Amino acid sequence: MLQAVGEAMYQAMEADETVVVYGEDVVGGAGLGEPYEGAMGGTFGATRGLFHRFGRTRVRDTPISEAGLVGVAVGAAASGIRPVVDMMWSSFTPLAFDQIHNQAAKLRYMFGGQASVPLVLRMAIGAGLGAAGQHSDTLYSLYTHLPGIKVVVPTTPHDAKGLLLAAIADDDPVLFFEHMRLYNTRQEVPEEPYTVPLGSASVTRPGTDVTIVGVSYMAKLALEVAGALASDGIEAEVIDPRTLSPLDSETILTSVRKTGRLVVVDESPPRCSIAADLAAMVSEHAFDALAAPVRRVTSPHSPVPLSPPLENAYIPDAERIRAAVDTVLNR
Amino acid sequence: MNVPDRTLLEMFETMTRIRLFEERVTLEYQRGDMPGFVHTYIGAEAVAAGICAHLSDDDLIASTHRGHGHSLAKGCSIAGMLAELYGRETGLCKGRGGSMHIADFEIGMLGANAIVGGSIGLATGGAFAQQVKGTSNVSVSFFGDGGAGQGILYESMNLASIWKLPVIYVCENNGWAESTPASYSQSVEDLSRRADGFGIPGHVVDGADVFAVHKAAGEAIGRARRGDGPSFIEAKIPRISAHYVGDTQKYRDEDDLAAAKQRDPLERFGSELTAAGLLDEAAVEAIRSAIVEELDRGVAAAKADPWPAADGVTDYVYSGAYGA
Ligand SMILES: Cc1ncc(C[n+]2csc(CCOP(=O)(O)OP(=O)(O)O)c2C)c(N)n1
Repeated sequence: MLQAVGEAMYQAMEADETVVVYGEDVVGGAGLGEPYEGAMGGTFGATRGLFHRFGRTRVRDTPISEAGLVGVAVGAAASGIRPVVDMMWSSFTPLAFDQIHNQAAKLRYMFGGQASVPLVLRMAIGAGLGAAGQHSDTLYSLYTHLPGIKVVVPTTPHDAKGLLLAAIADDDPVLFFEHMRLYNTRQEVPEEPYTVPLGSASVTRPGTDVTIVGVSYMAKLALEVAGALASDGIEAEVIDPRTLSPLDSETILTSVRKTGRLVVVDESPPRCSIAADLAAMVSEHAFDALAAPVRRVTSPHSPVPLSPPLENAYIPDAERIRAAVDTVLNR
Repeated sequence: MNVPDRTLLEMFETMTRIRLFEERVTLEYQRGDMPGFVHTYIGAEAVAAGICAHLSDDDLIASTHRGHGHSLAKGCSIAGMLAELYGRETGLCKGRGGSMHIADFEIGMLGANAIVGGSIGLATGGAFAQQVKGTSNVSVSFFGDGGAGQGILYESMNLASIWKLPVIYVCENNGWAESTPASYSQSVEDLSRRADGFGIPGHVVDGADVFAVHKAAGEAIGRARRGDGPSFIEAKIPRISAHYVGDTQKYRDEDDLAAAKQRDPLERFGSELTAAGLLDEAAVEAIRSAIVEELDRGVAAAKADPWPAADGVTDYVYSGAYGA
């Protein structure tokens, strides 16, 4: 998926001269002359090669100044260019929260539609590296709460490329969440640029017995669990929402009306979260279709711990998803 | 030099302790059974040792992602730190935090911090509390040249200055923030110049020279204890270590690394003490072997120590019982 993300940025920059990419270590060796072979190209390598192709005006390393990076992106976006900012980890975005929430999200509205803020903030998310409390958050739910912000959570390389190209072309601020455990997933993607529209979920497995909605890495895990359930004669329909804001509620509702049962899987604390949001949405609009209460499989209401047994307890796993499916099926 | 011999030897012991701890942790980490990320303090030992030599358990420090050196210099136990690195219930933070979050509040160590710049407010607030409580304790804020990119430093410095808080800002300028050189990312060469804008005295010291660090720290800490307000010390240190254990540093010029290694603070201090007749080979060996033994015991114990129980994942989120 990492390569797909890099290719999307590359192609967006080729197509539109106003697209710029910056962030901490996105070049990774600036100041040492160019071209610099050992350049880091971002914490995970997604921006590798951009500097060599597009040069120092459009691809820049930055100081460690998240509030400033996003503030400048807002001003630049409102003034006619398209910044794509690498925030490294979502856990670092709260340093820029004012700029995201009070500036990026609200400018268009407060100024009566005059301002357009076409920026993208890319970031890695997720537990599983033992990176502990200040690196491992998912935070997409926090930003889904904010009117004016769009939230993208790709699961496959194909979607990552198409969604990122759509996000960069979008005229609103988009936060783009890349689960670091998905970076190594491989899939052929079309070489030419293409977009996957924001606000369209993907049914990754059709089924009739139960609907499982998984977010980000959990969509992949849900698909694996569904495969195992099939050998027990249970046909799960798996939905990857792909974007949380806007949300394709119709695809989810249609599925639940068919299966009558819903399990939502989300690697985040459960309160005021996307899992809570989906459960409420389905209860509100498809209560009559539900044969069992909605079940949520989430992380506990805690920060992410370091210790492996605790971290494993934090991350939803296949066993817990299966147990939730059993519960909604009254098995 | 008017530093007591005993203090000099203690600082040498502290620096050796940090170096051996980091070398051992690097080795153990590479075996693959230590979770998380590890950033070593190799090359910066003189800063932590020179500053913490002036501090008691009632004084405070707040640290960074590269916090092992500060922790050891402040007095954290090797056993407690190792158990924390291995994520065990016996660790200083009960395995919840790991390398980037080592803390020991009993001895005034307010924590390593994985948010760059994240502990600057903490240290400043620690100083504020001392002022309110009327103690003569001080608080030290450690951060890197990268940390100097964060706005909270400047907001904190202004508060500390107008309130005359007993805080010492210690910028460990190793010339690098991950792969980004300070020469690129900072607008001035001497970051201490920025303190001037807040009415705070700023000093540059050679961070590989423990005498210079110790002296500058003594003055700054004395000033803070007298109620005369904050100071800023910029210690220029060589980044001998990679950014994290496993970082290949391909982005870095070989000459830059070689030059850094030339400035090894521990070697330098060792030769200075030897020349002054305070140390000889046997004494160094005795210091080293005692530490190595402590490390051997610490690693073995940590690996045998119990894991936290899985249902303890929500412990310590709040002060007490949390709702129903
Ligand atoms: C707020 C925040 N942004 C980015 C990072 C990622 N990061 C970790 S260490 C580091 C470089 C820090 O450089 P510096 O402060 O100079 O300390 P050094 O590593 O050189 O000791 C970066 C960018 C982070 N941990 N926190």
